[in-house]
Amino acid sequence: MINSKYFFQGFNCIKKFDSPAIALGTCFIAIGSLLKNLGFNIQESIFSTLLTYALPGSLVMAESLLVGASLINIFLAVWLVNARLYPMTVSLMPLLMHESQPKWKYYLSCHFIAVSAWLIMKNNYEVVNKKNRIDFWIGIGTATWCVAILGTIIGYYASDYLNKDMMIGLAIVNPVYFSCMMVGSMKNLQVSLSIILGAILGPLFFFMSPEWSILYGGFIAGTIAFFIGEFNVK
Amino acid sequence: MSSSIVLAILVTSFATYLSRFLGVVSSEKIKETSKWFRWFNCLAYSTLAALIARSIIFPAGALSEADYLIRIIVLIISILIFHITKRNLVYPTVFSAIMLAFLNSYFV
Repeated sequence: MINSKYFFQGFNCIKKFDSPAIALGTCFIAIGSLLKNLGFNIQESIFSTLLTYALPGSLVMAESLLVGASLINIFLAVWLVNARLYPMTVSLMPLLMHESQPKWKYYLSCHFIAVSAWLIMKNNYEVVNKKNRIDFWIGIGTATWCVAILGTIIGYYASDYLNKDMMIGLAIVNPVYFSCMMVGSMKNLQVSLSIILGAILGPLFFFMSPEWSILYGGFIAGTIAFFIGEFNVK
Repeated sequence: MSSSIVLAILVTSFATYLSRFLGVVSSEKIKETSKWFRWFNCLAYSTLAALIARSIIFPAGALSEADYLIRIIVLIISILIFHITKRNLVYPTVFSAIMLAFLNSYFV
């Protein structure tokens, strides 16, 4: 069903020098602590990370619950902030699809699509032949998922011992890790331009519309980078 | 478990899975060598960059309590460490947490 050799090859990414464990763990420690302060019990906190496994979505849910938003409002706010997962999935899954593999693997393992696992897979997919990439991906996803759940549990129980400065210190780890990963991904003109323009336009659009800034900024930056890249290849 | 929290978690999970699910449906029709794939690749990287840049410049939660200039300085030094250490990700991430906690308690 799942080839264990490739599964564990993916799973072991957590032990490598570019391991996402620290960054991912710290941000879910912060989430665990936040959920406890919001009144979640330990089961609800684990349940949340287990089922959602996307940090910005969990943050939006927490903020919405705090202001007493309706379920429809929570749905729309989360969907909007996590809509970035759509282009991330479309730009990853075609690299993993193989006719010999059952479709359920793709529909189940897409749950693992989050920044950390996605960036690791995008940077390493070529090391595995196409037929076995999905098992490699399931290994990476399972490893990062486990770290996220463990981080949530630690954060939940450690929240009483974390002071303000420690929480601020933990909060920078995630953006720093992803910024370094993104800089490391700048291997061709299209991707480099996408990253640079996205980093400029995302915050710029925040002045016009905080809710839509990531989607507007990302869409325009990505489209400009695409056309410049295509033009230069010709 | 209180029912409103469980419902909120279920709604959040559904809203999150929806984008992933629709992504797999679309992927079945997109070849990795096509222009569509390259376009979506650009969109994925640019939206991620937009999200990360926004989370540093206009952060929510604990990070918003750190000074804007301190956040930017820590980020730039961390990226430099990433380059100096031959793209090791552990050093810059550990450094960033210690540096920010220190600078924030010292200067603010």
